Amino acid sequence: MSRSLKKLLGLLLTLLSISLVVFIIMNVIPGDPAITILGIESTPEARAVLRDKLGLNDPAWQRYVNWLLGAFHGDFGVSYSFGVPVSELVAERLPLTLTLALVATVLTIVGALALGAIAAMNHGNWIDRLLSMTSQIGVAVPVFWLAMILVIVFAVQLRWVPPGGFPGWSHPVAGAKALILPACSLALVQTAILARVTRAAILEVARLDYVRTARSMGLNRRQIMLYHILPNAMVPIVTVAGLQFASLITGTIVIENVFYLPGLGRLMIQSIGNRDLITVQALVVLFAVMVVLTNFVVDVFYAWIDPRMKEGRT
Amino acid sequence: MKLKNLLWATTLVIVPGLAAADTVLRIGLQQEPTSLDPTSDATASIDGMLTHNVFESLTTADESGAIHPRLAKSWTISEDGTTYIFELEQGVLFHDGTSFDAEDVVFSFNRAMAEESVNPSKSIFKPIDSVNAIASHKVEIKLSAPNAFFLFNISRGDASIVGVESVEENKTNPVGTGPFTFASWTRGDRLVLAKNAQHRDADNIQLDGVEFRFIADAAAATAALMAEEIDIFPGFPAPELMDQFEADPRFSTSVGSTQGEVVLALNNSKEPFSNLEVRKAITHSINRGDIIDGAMYGRAVPISSFYPPHGESHVDLSHVMPFDLAKATALFEDTGLAGSELSLRVPPFPYATRSGEIIQAQLAQAGVTVNLETVEWGFWIDEVFKQKNYDMTIIAHTSPNDLGNFARGPDYYYGYDSAEFNEIFAALSTETNVAMRHDLTVEAQTFLAENAPAVFLFQLPRLSVFRSGVEGFWQSASVLYQPLAGVTMKDASQ
Repeated sequence: MSRSLKKLLGLLLTLLSISLVVFIIMNVIPGDPAITILGIESTPEARAVLRDKLGLNDPAWQRYVNWLLGAFHGDFGVSYSFGVPVSELVAERLPLTLTLALVATVLTIVGALALGAIAAMNHGNWIDRLLSMTSQIGVAVPVFWLAMILVIVFAVQLRWVPPGGFPGWSHPVAGAKALILPACSLALVQTAILARVTRAAILEVARLDYVRTARSMGLNRRQIMLYHILPNAMVPIVTVAGLQFASLITGTIVIENVFYLPGLGRLMIQSIGNRDLITVQALVVLFAVMVVLTNFVVDVFYAWIDPRMKEGRT
Repeated sequence: MKLKNLLWATTLVIVPGLAAADTVLRIGLQQEPTSLDPTSDATASIDGMLTHNVFESLTTADESGAIHPRLAKSWTISEDGTTYIFELEQGVLFHDGTSFDAEDVVFSFNRAMAEESVNPSKSIFKPIDSVNAIASHKVEIKLSAPNAFFLFNISRGDASIVGVESVEENKTNPVGTGPFTFASWTRGDRLVLAKNAQHRDADNIQLDGVEFRFIADAAAATAALMAEEIDIFPGFPAPELMDQFEADPRFSTSVGSTQGEVVLALNNSKEPFSNLEVRKAITHSINRGDIIDGAMYGRAVPISSFYPPHGESHVDLSHVMPFDLAKATALFEDTGLAGSELSLRVPPFPYATRSGEIIQAQLAQAGVTVNLETVEWGFWIDEVFKQKNYDMTIIAHTSPNDLGNFARGPDYYYGYDSAEFNEIFAALSTETNVAMRHDLTVEAQTFLAENAPAVFLFQLPRLSVFRSGVEGFWQSASVLYQPLAGVTMKDASQ
């Protein structure tokens, strides 16, 4: 009881400090939402009126406290530039970004486990070397570049999928098609990383005594891999996959721009450009919540995969 | 909540109307606005999409900038040039079904002129003394002095006629009187307009609907065109790719002009730029041809003053301070600036960053080191524009009739203050006689070319790529808006 309470408190403190840091940064960096909205040809009087309407003339600490009080009640304020509640903006866009990150994660895990296992089973021969070289390239390639290559091949040349945009879930097939390339671009690079981790973890476990015992009992290679090696190699794999999910969520910022998708990443970029402090703050805190939640899920997973971890922690 | 229901209702009713068989023009845009109200937000793409499509103003301008009637059928101007009487169109309805009359005009103008107004172009309403409805469809506007730009200015999106009943919701659900109605906006993705069958010109409109897709990235815009996902991309952001589209028979391209003068702005409020000799030295160092070749792939027209080359009162002043390296070097020597360092802070727009690198190299040739710094837009607005914390910067001034920028006094970011120029501009802005105004415009241009408060580089071009078969889209942009009622297209599937 006291442990989970401590954990919750720590979580809240993390989020609080993140929101404070973002607030300070957004107030220190040069920029003025009123000029961004009204343009550089606007009159100083009109800008003053708008600043007043947006509440920008209040002292900074007061704006932060007001925001914090609202946030505790689930009210994240009204966007300076959009003029609609921030929660509405987020609700419109969260599903797309989450879907994208989740699909990419599933693709990554499935692909990495398969490739890592194949490489480990062929340890030292040409298949292993080929996979190792390919994953090396995969790790080095920037996501946006890979995305552009995929667009040129599959959208512009072959016309199998659209080059970008999202028609909405009212057209499920078109919607799914629109997400194939973005999810694959996100997943490919992460797969390369995770496949290397998987291969190393499998090779590590494969050296252990119980694997040799299983082999001496006459189990075939597939059975040994599925029932004895993989489950025991999961800890490092899950650790890295957890970190990757967090970077996938932030990776959507780049991917949503390349594929012009209406997700949180694009909202973030637009809001920073507009100095829409109140929206940026909510988004950063939301991204932080997602990362913290992922860590939490990974923790739970550890205990499930390896009961020793549970005991070791008390 | 009410608003949301309303949005849903319009979406459900109108979007199915844009069926596959309908003629829908798909337009790619780089800039997505955050609000849809042109009377409270300066974002150019609001005007680009909605002004004179969803909203209408009393007057309108054509591609050349000439004024035509719009919601005002006709007008008379008093002898002294200060009283305008507008005769309004009859039987016009706002898209929400309410009718349009003189009271809406009075309301729209008073709202823009009010003390608490956040109209982004409040200055265009300053010359107005009063706006009165003298009959149900007749409005009288009194000016404090004759104004040369009045009829042009009230054609702008900032002077859109809005409805008393709908004005509060225009930011998310714009309601106007125009030939297209607002159908839906999926933020981050697209904005859809549908033809307004009730509009007085509806018979002449071929398009059933228009879809604007927001694509900020130049590479993504190229892919979308190549995959024929969009029909036209006005203001195409990558001049280096124009050759590729010109060679492709599926596409047509155009290079038009805009009202955007790209300038190397100098901070006249401080040393050394307060010295005319220094400004001359910098101007003589600049080879505009090389900048246009390098930054715009040859697709721009050089300027020597602050007036668009396609404007009717333009004069060629390229002889006043031409590129002359020897003269520039000598002037830098004389002013003791040779070997010194200047900073150049440019906003993150390709035309500016690319020009910046070339200018850095050109000034190095003349003996001055330039520290080039690319800054983010929000930073530029605050540090350069508001605080005047800069030596030199590069920016396009996109407003029409903006010669008066140099008469804004020492507080404006140029820090330029010339009693002589202020006098010329004051005379120009109140002169309604066409011939006299032409002479004054020439005088103002000449003054700026000779006194070089900034280095005038080139006119920002409007590059467009469109699918062959799309007709009637303006090549040039003399205003921020783009009426779509006259645009036609052939079937996309052929």
